[in-house]
Amino acid sequence: MSATDATILIDDAPVPFRPGQTILDAALEGGVYIPHLCHDPEFEPHGSCKLCSVVVNGRSASACTMKAAAGQEVEVDTPDLHAYRRTLLQMLFVEGNHFCPGCEKSGDCQLQALAYDSEMMTPHFVEFYPRRPVDASHPDVLLDLNRCIQCELCVRASRDVDGKSVFALAGRGMASHIIVNSPSGRLGDSNFSAADKAAHVCPVGAILIKRVGFKTPIGERRYDLEPISEEATRCAVEVAK
Amino acid sequence: MVGESDVVARIVQRRPDPTRLLQILIEAQEELGWISPETARAIASGLGVPITRVESVVQFYSFLYDAPRGRYRILFSDNITDRMLGSLALFEHMLKRLRLRRGEISADGAVSVDLTSCTGMCDQGPAALVNTRAITKLTARRVDEICDLVRGGVAIAEWPADYFRVEDNIRRADALLGSRYDPGSALRAAIAHGRQGMLDEMKLSNLRGRGGAGFTTSVKWEGCRNAPGAERFVVCNADEGEPGTFKDRVLLTSYAERVFEGMAIAGFAVGAARGLLYLRGEYRHLLDPLEAKLEAMRRGRLLGASICGAQGFDFDIDIHLGAGAYICGEESALIESLEGKPGKPRIRPPFPVTVGYLGKPTVVDNVETLAQATEVALHGGRMFAGRGTKHSAGTKILSVSGDCSRPGLYEYPFGVRIEQVLKDCGASDVAAVQISGPSGICLTPDEFRRHIAFEDVPTAGAFMVFGKERDLFEVARNFAHFFAHESCGFCTPCRVGTALMRDALDKIADGRGSRYEINELMRLSELLRRTSHCGLGQTAGNAVRDTWLKFRPAYERRLIRGEFDPAVDLDAALARAREIAGREDAAAHIGAEA
Repeated sequence: MSATDATILIDDAPVPFRPGQTILDAALEGGVYIPHLCHDPEFEPHGSCKLCSVVVNGRSASACTMKAAAGQEVEVDTPDLHAYRRTLLQMLFVEGNHFCPGCEKSGDCQLQALAYDSEMMTPHFVEFYPRRPVDASHPDVLLDLNRCIQCELCVRASRDVDGKSVFALAGRGMASHIIVNSPSGRLGDSNFSAADKAAHVCPVGAILIKRVGFKTPIGERRYDLEPISEEATRCAVEVAK
Repeated sequence: MVGESDVVARIVQRRPDPTRLLQILIEAQEELGWISPETARAIASGLGVPITRVESVVQFYSFLYDAPRGRYRILFSDNITDRMLGSLALFEHMLKRLRLRRGEISADGAVSVDLTSCTGMCDQGPAALVNTRAITKLTARRVDEICDLVRGGVAIAEWPADYFRVEDNIRRADALLGSRYDPGSALRAAIAHGRQGMLDEMKLSNLRGRGGAGFTTSVKWEGCRNAPGAERFVVCNADEGEPGTFKDRVLLTSYAERVFEGMAIAGFAVGAARGLLYLRGEYRHLLDPLEAKLEAMRRGRLLGASICGAQGFDFDIDIHLGAGAYICGEESALIESLEGKPGKPRIRPPFPVTVGYLGKPTVVDNVETLAQATEVALHGGRMFAGRGTKHSAGTKILSVSGDCSRPGLYEYPFGVRIEQVLKDCGASDVAAVQISGPSGICLTPDEFRRHIAFEDVPTAGAFMVFGKERDLFEVARNFAHFFAHESCGFCTPCRVGTALMRDALDKIADGRGSRYEINELMRLSELLRRTSHCGLGQTAGNAVRDTWLKFRPAYERRLIRGEFDPAVDLDAALARAREIAGREDAAAHIGAEA
């Protein structure tokens, strides 16, 4: 098979793309799953989690930021890349405090779902166990940064969709952390609302709507029903139709 | 008495522009000592930006403080070359004399002492910063004197001028450093070439960027000129943060008019009327002389409207200060910082030549590259291309430091052999040379016949010499700590990976590492190289990999023989419990020596 004007080759299979589309969006629409956490087609590409690392014509690239172009040969499912992704997931687990069995996002969490999908058996590295306070000051939303993976989806949603800029990423390196735009720095003193887009984009359990955590029982949740690789491509294909 | 809010109001209102946020914070801190929550709020409301915007900037830059740091903030430069000159003993000595722990503020709020990344004084270390002032050639006696001055509450302006003396140490001068220069001559030569003519000379010169990457400068300039848009910018990257590099400091000290003229020539060729020089915070001492130089050039019609009388050649330059962030040397991070934001590298493409400062086409060039552009203007591209090698035209300035008798600047035509540099700088019994800093390459004697050139050993200029008695494991560990400290935190592999590498090397240094840690280090180094967002992460594992391959005994003598030693020291983990229980008996310990 060869790539035509409007197709790229992903692991030797042709995948069509629209002009301006990224490799990741084209892949998902074409039913090919490339793991990702910081990407959501509704927002500007970000490229920070690096789970979507691929090899394009022999060079490393992030599928979520690189535009698809005719003639590209993209490697996604190779043993090397698979190992890198698993290590990146392990890094995200150990830099925060992720206790899946006690987390109300369990089963709906993309980090957890990707870990299962990537056959990650242990966190592997020494846990950093950072001290991150829980902010329960908001009447309707819980902010638990222990689970934050710094994808900045909430930052982008609040700024670009809600027009509120409630969240920002501050600090540097391992000290990077989400801060809240309010006089006290607490979510309860901000103009954040549970109806905001930013309240519903967190891929992990850092931003949780209160009082609905166990409405859907464990075992019947999104990634309990199908693996993230199938769920994500099915959704992307449906949206594209 | 002038209140804090008056100070903030005065600084903000001079130019209430959010892209000046970093400059405003630096100015506010110079007057107020730190950025209090009240200061942050006042700046946010004065600029009409969310408070988070201010906080994220304050928390990103090492030299901005959101808590009091004492009236005297002393930071010891922690490059490996400072360490080789005994900086850590002096650091400990000062802490002891002032009865402080690292980073702690004295009870009277007077002083804090800490470490900082390389301050660019490797040829005259051990070095430090006191507030914004650079101090060189620290000795035990000088440290004692500083302790007395601090205790006596003597204002830094009253301290002996000797402390702040910074030498150029030019040991070998060639075309750029050695020629007499008539101010304005390069500008007049460029005007004589014409805009297209100047660009043509640049093409002929084959000048390549001196910041390390070696991109052909004329391609960058032409790309910027041809990019759509009405306004363009020229940015001079003087964020010389690569440990071991200090050539740009000397160029800005003694060759500033050539750098500024180089910027104006770039502006002339690409059609930009505004230049920005990004000066690293460690070089704050150069700001006032550089501003004075700009003023003198404006008076001499070498900057401003109709430069040298040429109608339509308008160009002026602003200086922006950095505040302690190595990552801002990356060109897109530097642009973010110029826009008053945390210095995080952008997604590239688009590259700055099309989407740069304020989203406009921007040329970002290294200090030395722009100074070399004046050579091209003066002598023509063909002449310039005649020196050096086929793929690396002209001369290169090396910043030589470490184990040699004559550290300082050495300018050579490209193609010089490593062994020649070593001979000239008075280095003997050399075990290794680290070229281009921690992100560069470590060479051993069997490679000393290699050449400094883009096609062989490329470099941004750092040339650190390590004698036979040096421990290359400690060199690699120093570099790993540097990268973990300087990672911007944007992407997962670099943010977490640099910390994991640092910790693995610390474990080996503790005598608890095994082959397991080595395997992990190699695996991480490869992961970072392949998946990091920018050059910082991609190169962060180079030094560990190089030194493991070339100086294996330095690692092996530290490794335990077993395959693995647990990361958790159970006995140490119980220390707090013993403290609470007030026990120190044998039964309160695990695994005590039999």
